[in-house]
Amino acid sequence: MVTAVTSMGRSGLYDWLMQRISAVVLLAYFVFVGLVLLGGVDYASWKSLYSQTWMRIFSLMALLSLGVHAWVGIWGVLTDYLTERLMGKTGNVLRFVFQMACGLTMFTYLVWGIQILWGY
Amino acid sequence: MRLPITAWTSITHRASGVFIFVGMAVLIWALDASLKSPESFAALQTSLDSALCKFVIWAVVSGLIYHSVAGVKHLVMDMGIGETMEGGVLGSRIVIASSVVFILLAGIWIW
Repeated sequence: MVTAVTSMGRSGLYDWLMQRISAVVLLAYFVFVGLVLLGGVDYASWKSLYSQTWMRIFSLMALLSLGVHAWVGIWGVLTDYLTERLMGKTGNVLRFVFQMACGLTMFTYLVWGIQILWGY
Repeated sequence: MRLPITAWTSITHRASGVFIFVGMAVLIWALDASLKSPESFAALQTSLDSALCKFVIWAVVSGLIYHSVAGVKHLVMDMGIGETMEGGVLGSRIVIASSVVFILLAGIWIW
């Protein structure tokens, strides 16, 4: 079964590192946004936070990290359960289809997020 | 199924990852509504009053909490801490206990 062609960086070690780096970015982002929300927000303060350049950089970094992190994670799940060993050639087709569907979803999240960050 | 606790925390980590990848659509939708206009911000606040909406947000946040806590365990283990069988079991117990606490707190906060 050929799995490297759909992996993030054609290298397990590279994927492992990217998984960790993106995880730390996402954790920092969700903790930060969570704390802001815990403090209570109204439209004006929330909007002004998301108008800051650093917040847009942080948010875009989180969106890109989401794509990277989900790609590596979903790849790990798919290459374990939708395999040639478990279901023959169908496994390869299904795995590719699911990986592409996830890729499309990630791309949609990214473009949608960019529109939210810079569109309003 | 009789599985060791470490297997349960591992499979839940995977399942929660897939779940929050889908659930991210809900959070991005909420971010969209919260920033679009003062009217959409107010509309979002109104829809967050409904029990169904609260439950969906709580479910996604719970997935996020569990996945984060289990992820931190991986980072700790990457540093060589708790890599033994006993360490793995203890780590899993800590992950489950602290997630339950955070998830309950999130529920109280949302309701």
